Amino acid sequence: MSTAALEKQGFGATLWDYLTTVDHKKIGILYLLGGGFFFLLGGLEAMLIRLQLMLPDNELIGAQFYNEVMTMHGTTMIFLAAMPLIFAFMNAIVPLQIGARDVAFPFVNALGFWLFLFGGLLLNLSWFMGGAPDGGWTAYAPFSIWSPTHGFDFYAIGLQITGFGTLMGGINFIVTIVNMRAPGMTYMRMPLFTWTALIASVLILFAFPALTVGLFLMTFDRLFGANFFVPEMGGNEIIWEHLFWIFGHPEVYILVLPAFGIFSEVITTFSKKRLFGYSAMVFATVLIAFFGFMVWAHHMFTVGMGPIANSIFAIATMAIAVPTGIKIFNWLFTMWGGNIRLTTPMLWAAGFIPTFTIGGMTGVMVAVAAADLQYHDTYFVVAHFHYVIVGGVVFGLIAATHYWWPTMFGKILNEKLGKWTFWLFFIGFHLTFFIQHFLGLMGMPRRYWKFLPGQELEVGNFISTIGALLMAVGTIILLYNIVKTTVSGEKCDSDPWDGRTLEWSLPNPTPHYNFKQLPLVRGLDPLWIEKTQGNGKMIPAEPVNDIHMPNNSFLPFMMSLGLFIAGLGFIFRTDSTMGYIGIVAGLVIFFGSMIIRSVKDDLGYHIHKEDLEEEGAGAE
Amino acid sequence: MSTHEDVLSSENLPHEPERATLEGKNKFMGFWFFLGGETVLFASLFGTYLALKNSFGEAEGTPSQDLFGLPLVFIMTMILLTSSLTSVYAIYHMKNHAFKKMMVWFGITVLLGAAFLGLEVYEFNHYVHDYGHTFTAHAFGSAFYALVGFHGAHVAFGLGWFIVLMIRNARRGLNLYNAPKFYLASLYWHFIDVVWVFIFTVVYLMGKVG
Repeated sequence: MSTAALEKQGFGATLWDYLTTVDHKKIGILYLLGGGFFFLLGGLEAMLIRLQLMLPDNELIGAQFYNEVMTMHGTTMIFLAAMPLIFAFMNAIVPLQIGARDVAFPFVNALGFWLFLFGGLLLNLSWFMGGAPDGGWTAYAPFSIWSPTHGFDFYAIGLQITGFGTLMGGINFIVTIVNMRAPGMTYMRMPLFTWTALIASVLILFAFPALTVGLFLMTFDRLFGANFFVPEMGGNEIIWEHLFWIFGHPEVYILVLPAFGIFSEVITTFSKKRLFGYSAMVFATVLIAFFGFMVWAHHMFTVGMGPIANSIFAIATMAIAVPTGIKIFNWLFTMWGGNIRLTTPMLWAAGFIPTFTIGGMTGVMVAVAAADLQYHDTYFVVAHFHYVIVGGVVFGLIAATHYWWPTMFGKILNEKLGKWTFWLFFIGFHLTFFIQHFLGLMGMPRRYWKFLPGQELEVGNFISTIGALLMAVGTIILLYNIVKTTVSGEKCDSDPWDGRTLEWSLPNPTPHYNFKQLPLVRGLDPLWIEKTQGNGKMIPAEPVNDIHMPNNSFLPFMMSLGLFIAGLGFIFRTDSTMGYIGIVAGLVIFFGSMIIRSVKDDLGYHIHKEDLEEEGAGAE
Repeated sequence: MSTHEDVLSSENLPHEPERATLEGKNKFMGFWFFLGGETVLFASLFGTYLALKNSFGEAEGTPSQDLFGLPLVFIMTMILLTSSLTSVYAIYHMKNHAFKKMMVWFGITVLLGAAFLGLEVYEFNHYVHDYGHTFTAHAFGSAFYALVGFHGAHVAFGLGWFIVLMIRNARRGLNLYNAPKFYLASLYWHFIDVVWVFIFTVVYLMGKVG
């Protein structure tokens, strides 16, 4: 099956191909589509929030609906937009950067995607089945336990399914990066994006199970009459907060470390210099991840843990500013004296540095436990985390979209439209969130449905909403750019940015087996070494030989569908007997598919040496 | 480069058939990482249990000192530890390519595991009917059944895994494709065993002394 044959097939065949694919490049595209869809949905929810808060005492949307929108905005953006978009680029790029033909577990990789998608769909079904969760994305007990609608049932089970997928993805990437690097690709020659993908995967592995347990406890309390979070029956509500943040704080680094990796790639490429302080960057990444597990209680300063616990967590939190500062300076020094090209991805990288630094500074401010009692639950905190998550993660993802679009789709996104997106989004972002620091300091609490006139909050909120509209326009231009490029863009050169890492050494389009011969890596920035010291092409590390490839499978889809149906069954178990039917049917599908997977040999297939030689250089 | 026929033949197996192929190596490493994640899962459940141990609120309940009976739990512990030992024998025979002996020892492992599970069901039944110690009665009950029940569910899953593997491969012997599968199932079994050692200590022994 050659790439040319794939391009000619009909819609049904293409659909079936994507439903059953185990190819990391296609799974990357699926993640991009899925995550992109939920990003737009979360953005729509953000617009509703800002329009409601545009004017004092506004009645645009009702209080209950506002609570649902506010909760779903946070949940959607973190779990269903940012995570899958990170996975989109990890899938599309990491195997190429380390010189691998696929990931370690292609089947599990596909399963991870479908679990994410079905979990996300389940969560969003709540809108049509009695109401979405309404107690904030952190789902603190007792709101989440006593909320009368099924909203938090959908939250607990939807995120549980999505979380399984994420955990599998994490394990898959650790093993891929540890076991499947090309000859010569030592750890200290790995591109920074691969490094951050590895460290983020380790964080996923050790952080997500805490969320799994937290969600299980919530499910047991809500649906099975348990008493984990019910004080009058001996329960303790604070357990949820601990479990949630033991997961939740590392989650912040799971999101932002890969974004750091993306910026490291973009900045080196467009400064035409190797990364300044590469080993310090690696060290800082590991250190941030390490500290990331020791700071969760800084979200809980107002709980009343006592001055000793608060002080320890405050100091540990401030310590994270040190490795992050190392990174900021290394990016600046990489640009210093470089041959800088201000392309769209580079603009995002340049915009990221001051934005993220502001977010980091307010981070140290809220880390001061005594002062945090004032900031807590105000718009100051809202401003802080949007500066780090939008300024870090979203900027990084949009930069990656522009930077790696040629690798993923073989075309370059329109640069002029890209710059329009950047300036509108960048200005809109600061307009929205900078003023929220002051709204917070003036005492405006977060998550409130309205604010009242005559409290000097009108101007700030109005400006904030105008900024949000600018961001929306920027996003629409990005969408237009994507459609325009897909419809009428021209196929680009295989190395349009004059890249330094292995993904740019591959032909356009990338063959489904990635590397005909695994490349020999001679140092950091392997392609750049060949460009400056060799003939610009990677030296093969092996003769042309048979390539072993995994088989496509429909089972990941079926397994995820099974859990989706069983999840719906559990939610409506107490309402109707259909619930029990759903549980049984869903679990039969899930475990049945699992047994089929176990019993049926899946040995993959070989692309034969002769066919590879026949394809030759001309076919690509 | 191995072909399908090589992978599926049971002759000329290397010394460590579970790690002889790239797929096997990946599975081996991936499963260890998975067990790392499982460790966090059980650590969270242990933390929850310790926070809610003997916590009844306004509800009536039997404190752990009066509830647990060590003789039964000791027998369960011995059975599960022995099943871990028998799975070691099975893997020993796998490394010597003695397929039949491996199957016999895995069979014994499954029987011991089933015996453990049977005793656990008896134990829970006893708590529920004689002490009213149920999942919904109070937070202590919720936390106890969540932790010990999660372990029990892992045992049940492990039994199902062994049985499916043994039935599937009963007639074709050991090869490079199924050796990693047997190895991982035994690794999982050891993990379950280690978790039980902690449950025995933290839940039962520490529950007895108060």
